[in-house]
Amino acid sequence: MKRRWAFLLRRLGFYLAAAAAAIGLNFLLPRLMPGDPSSAIVEELERVSGQQVPAETLMSIRAIFGNPSDNLAQQFVDYLQQLSHFDLGVSVVNFPVPVADLVWQALPWTLLLVGTTTVVAFAIGTLLGVIAGWKAGSRFDAVLTPLTTFLSSVPYFWVALLALWVFGFILGWTPLSGGYDADLAQGFSFAYAVSVLHHGVLPAATIVFSAFGGWLLGMRNMTVTTVREDYVLLAQAKGLSTARVMFRYAARNAMLPSFTGFAMALGGVVGGALLTEIVFSYPGIGYLLYEALQKRDYPMMQGVFLLITLAVLLANLVADLAYVVLDPRIRERG
Amino acid sequence: MITEPAPGLVTAATGPNSTVLSVRGLTVDYLTDGAPVRACDDVSFTLRRGEILGVAGESGSGKSTLITALTRLQRPPAVTTEGSIEFHSRDGSVDLVSLSASELRALRWTSLAIVLQSAMDALNPVMRIGAQFVDVLRSHDKGLGRKDAWARASELLGMVGISADRVRSYPHELSGGMRQRASIALALACGPELVVMDEPTTAVDVVMQRQILAQVLRLRRELGFSVVFVTHDLSLLLELADRIAIMYAGRIVEIDTAHSLYANPRHPYTRGLRDSFPPLRSPLRRLSGIPGSPPDLRNPPAGCAFHPRCPDRFEGCDQERPLLVDGVACRLHQSGENRA
Amino acid sequence: MRASLLTSWKVRFGLAVLGLFVLLAIFGPMLGSDPRANDISAIAEPPSRDHLLGTTQFGQDVLAQTIAGARGSMLVGILAAAIGTVIAIAVGVPAGYFGGAVDNGLNFLTNLFLVMPVLPLILIVAGYVQGTGLWVIALIIGLFGWSGGARTLRAQAMSLSNRDFVLAMRMLGEPHRRLIFAEVLPHLSGWISAMFLHGMIGGVMAEAGLAFLGISDSGSISWGTMIQSAQQQSAVLRGLWWWFVPPGLCIALIGTAATLVNFGVDELSNPKLRLARRSVVTRARLVPRRGEV
Repeated sequence: MKRRWAFLLRRLGFYLAAAAAAIGLNFLLPRLMPGDPSSAIVEELERVSGQQVPAETLMSIRAIFGNPSDNLAQQFVDYLQQLSHFDLGVSVVNFPVPVADLVWQALPWTLLLVGTTTVVAFAIGTLLGVIAGWKAGSRFDAVLTPLTTFLSSVPYFWVALLALWVFGFILGWTPLSGGYDADLAQGFSFAYAVSVLHHGVLPAATIVFSAFGGWLLGMRNMTVTTVREDYVLLAQAKGLSTARVMFRYAARNAMLPSFTGFAMALGGVVGGALLTEIVFSYPGIGYLLYEALQKRDYPMMQGVFLLITLAVLLANLVADLAYVVLDPRIRERG
Repeated sequence: MITEPAPGLVTAATGPNSTVLSVRGLTVDYLTDGAPVRACDDVSFTLRRGEILGVAGESGSGKSTLITALTRLQRPPAVTTEGSIEFHSRDGSVDLVSLSASELRALRWTSLAIVLQSAMDALNPVMRIGAQFVDVLRSHDKGLGRKDAWARASELLGMVGISADRVRSYPHELSGGMRQRASIALALACGPELVVMDEPTTAVDVVMQRQILAQVLRLRRELGFSVVFVTHDLSLLLELADRIAIMYAGRIVEIDTAHSLYANPRHPYTRGLRDSFPPLRSPLRRLSGIPGSPPDLRNPPAGCAFHPRCPDRFEGCDQERPLLVDGVACRLHQSGENRA
Repeated sequence: MRASLLTSWKVRFGLAVLGLFVLLAIFGPMLGSDPRANDISAIAEPPSRDHLLGTTQFGQDVLAQTIAGARGSMLVGILAAAIGTVIAIAVGVPAGYFGGAVDNGLNFLTNLFLVMPVLPLILIVAGYVQGTGLWVIALIIGLFGWSGGARTLRAQAMSLSNRDFVLAMRMLGEPHRRLIFAEVLPHLSGWISAMFLHGMIGGVMAEAGLAFLGISDSGSISWGTMIQSAQQQSAVLRGLWWWFVPPGLCIALIGTAATLVNFGVDELSNPKLRLARRSVVTRARLVPRRGEV
């Protein structure tokens, strides 16, 4: 028990350090760049809006992107103060909407789309992987495994393009872009929900399609190795049902490494399937980052990046907590 | 409940000294990319009810292959190509080799149990010890409640001297000796008639080894199961087994009672094996090893597989393979008409 | 090991495909037509005899572009893999070999890069470093993509440095540098080459992804820039499939080939996986009646 707590404390320390590093990186990046990004942003803002930037906004931009008149330590203090109010600055493109608001709007879309698909892809891949590994060398395995190897090597966004071309363009079954029907009022109406589903089905399908293969291959090989373990042999000798041996003994142990990957993938959900969102112009975090990048909206880039990083760190911490429950042997994982 | 054969109900099939297992001509091949490798070759023996049969041999002698074949736990590329394993259980006689998967499953653990070499590897690392008893108890006795099954698990652990509160421990939380005893208790959970043990004491120290062997003997006396005990350690078998079979290159070369095998080994290999370690109780004798190394099974020598290392070989040993006759497979002990 | 490596169809097929693409990258551009030439008479035409894979919106030959793209993509892949592998060795091997404080520091660094979301990070950095060439792209991919490899190498170096022969040589006063280069690294060569292969396909994929996001040298041609310009010209919405299908297919092929090679190597080094091959299982099934589980 004591060792578990020590393990968790050590991990917690690591994630705190990593979060500090991420914030530090976010702080330093614009300051390391040549020139003075904050002045450039202010100029850009004034050009876009055609009016003087309010003093308040100027302060927040200076805090986030650097103030040449202050020393670095003072700048860092200002920066942290700014962050503690969840103030990520003002979007250049969507002036004067704060970055935090835009991120907040995009987040549910990504969580919905990428969250569901990540779980579904993991479930499908893991289940098929267990079966393929259990029946290693069977026809099922001999066909599915090489096929999946190919599928998992196909670039994500290319599958999305192809799917969009076939189902959206040729067959016309799905809309070509967006996350909902723009003519409908946003809210909890039936028609709106249907339009969200209609828009989401193709991006979701492509993400599942290109992501389940990785889980399958990893799980298959781990299962093949685990099935040869003595405890699986003994479980068979005990005369337990095949399903029980397969899931309680073989799969339960084989999935431990996969599980860590799954937790990381869950953390990646916030970052979104960047490229998939872009192909489908899906209004999530990934698309937001893409737009920011296209239009050199530095405040937006920084804010989205910080959010993604912190989400990944949080997911990893949760994964470690869950791992302690799943695997009673606490391994030194550093 | 452990179903002991109740006194008075002893029938011909289950009475003392009746046969519980008879293996005939068991042959196991490993199907490799080249020619098949014969790991068990024409193995035959019988086992009486309540008897402990020791099987001894060097690594690569086919003793582990024999275990997985006996228990039908082998996986490709190992395949039983010939022979039969008659198992005379309480419920009738069956040939284990040709049994269907579901018939086999019904027989497992209630009649036929196994103890593997390393309990650390044989116990599921992510399940509590008790849960590993409970799932087998409940799967063979559908009427058993969850609570009763856990109580039974504690009781079984108590039988091998492990305190009841350990039932909620995970395997890695027990000491090596405890784990080994727990897996013996696990094997006895459903009152099997035959327990196959694969070197269950190699992973523990000598003191623990003695303790475990004493427990096996005591439990056998109380519960009346038979044992096939496989090990590379002949001295251990001399203490434990009623009869001993010596394996070499996939064949049984000698089988006899423990006493006469020790006092009067007939096969030169048995003699070499006996003389290569110090006896536990008797006065010390001169130790000598066996020169050379076990044959490569992919390319076994012609004739008697032991002849390249045999101190007593004579003309024809490199051509004629002796069959197991009267408990020994050696041309020294066979008259002309018995030679194959 | 080397001889038996080639007995696996996976390894043979994978190496053949990889070899083909390497040859294409080196010699391809010499035989094909100019990928930048604009054929005004053939704008966005489907495959024909003149243009086997059709033409782009700008009248450029897709086949010639795909061949030229092989060079760009492979260059980035190999360069990124080389950089990533070198960093992984430089961080992972000393961490595992020396242990202690060295390990604590280096392992922290590795874990940090392991949990950082790499693609967004690369995006941000590349976003600040505007108008980059393929070399810079490869550098960025390599700089951020080494952590997984370093972790593997650390674990391997750790178990190696505890092996008797290394311990013995250490006690004999063999200098660390010699031990690392003469004993530890050669034993890790299998892992390192698998890592390089993995890094290469990762590099090709990452380049394509970055190019697709608009982070690339607009002057150079790679499979990624091809797909990106197809996307920008709304090739999907206009049904110009021949424009974006070939480059994606090439990436998938290379990825499959690299995965197959690594799969085959895994089977060789892990006997349990080898026993699960179809040939073994079918052979066992052909034996009539007699037991299997």
